[in-house]
Amino acid sequence: MSEPRLVEVRRNVLKQNDVIARALREQFRSAGVFVVSLVSSPGAGKTMFLEKTLTQLQPRYRVAALVGDLATENDAVRLARSKAPVKQITTGTLCHLEAAMVQNALCDWDLNTLDFLFIENVGNLVCPSSYDLGENLRLVLMSVTEGEDKPLKYPTIFNSADVAVVTKNELADAVEFDWNAARTSIQAVRPGMQIFRLSAKTGAGMEEYLSFLVQQLAEQRAVAHI
Amino acid sequence: MHELSIAMGIVDAAVDESQRRGVHVSAVHLRLGALSGVVKDALMFSYEVACQDTALQGSQLIVEDVPVIVFCPQCQQERKLASVQLFSCPECGLPTMDVRHGKELEVFALEVSE
Repeated sequence: MSEPRLVEVRRNVLKQNDVIARALREQFRSAGVFVVSLVSSPGAGKTMFLEKTLTQLQPRYRVAALVGDLATENDAVRLARSKAPVKQITTGTLCHLEAAMVQNALCDWDLNTLDFLFIENVGNLVCPSSYDLGENLRLVLMSVTEGEDKPLKYPTIFNSADVAVVTKNELADAVEFDWNAARTSIQAVRPGMQIFRLSAKTGAGMEEYLSFLVQQLAEQRAVAHI
Repeated sequence: MHELSIAMGIVDAAVDESQRRGVHVSAVHLRLGALSGVVKDALMFSYEVACQDTALQGSQLIVEDVPVIVFCPQCQQERKLASVQLFSCPECGLPTMDVRHGKELEVFALEVSE
C-alpha cells in the first residue's frame, strides 16, 4: 500500500436533509401554505399551545398539523379535538424530525387546501436544531417554570429559531419568573428575536401572536405573487 | 442524541468517496461548527460504532472545531465570538446575527492510500 495522502472532498454531512428541506420549502411556497415548526423541551406546553392555535385560527383559516413523538399517539388524539387534520409521525427511537419524515407524512395531503401547517417537533432542545424541515418559521417555546436561563443552556436551538414563545404565563407569579432576565437571555443568544409571552390556558396573549402569524401568511403570499 | 445518525452520514459519505476514487480511507477530517448542534465526544464514540463492518472500520475521525465567526457591522470586520451564549461583537459590544462560520458539519478531507 502506498503512503497515505490527503484529498479534499468537502461534503456536507446533512446535504441529503437540506436538499429535501429545500424541495419542501418550494412546495410550500407554490401551494401558498405558511409552515410553522415548534421546538421545545418536553413539557413546555407545545401540545396545549398548538391545540389552542389550531382551534382559534380554524374559523377563518384552513389549518393542519404534523406531530412528532417518540412512541405514543396521545398528542395527535389531543390535537384532533380541534377538528383540524392531524397526523402523527412516530419517530421510534429518533429524538428529532428530519425533512424526509415530513415529506413522507405529507405525501397524501393536498397542500393547496391549506393556509397554515404546523409541525410539532419531538420535545428536545438539542437535536432538532441541526435539521431544516423546510419550515417558514421556527418557534422555540419555553415555559415560565423552566427558568429564565434556558436560552443560555441551549443557545444553538434558540439561535436557530425565528421567534420565541414564553408559555404558561399564568404561573409566572407563582414561580417568581423574572421576565427581564428571560428577555436578556433570549436576546443574548439571538439578538433581535421577537418574543411572545402568553398563556394558552387562559388565552391571554394569544391574540397578538395569532395576528403575527396571519401577517406572516399575508407577507409570504405577497412575495410569492410578485 | 442524534450523533449516531450523524456519524453514519459521515461514514456513508466517506465510503462513497473511497469507492468512487478506488482508494482505502485511513482517516476522515471533519469540520465541526460550534453551532452545528453536534456534541463532539458523543460523535467520536458513535463514529467507531458507525464504522463497524464497513470499509471505514479502523479509520480515525479527526475533528477540527470551528468557532462562531460573526460579521460586526460597526467594526466592518469578522469577529470570533467569545461564547455561543453572547451574540455580540467582542470588541465593540454591538449585537449581531450575521453568522459567517460555526454551522459547519462537513467532511472536508480524507487520508487515503491506493
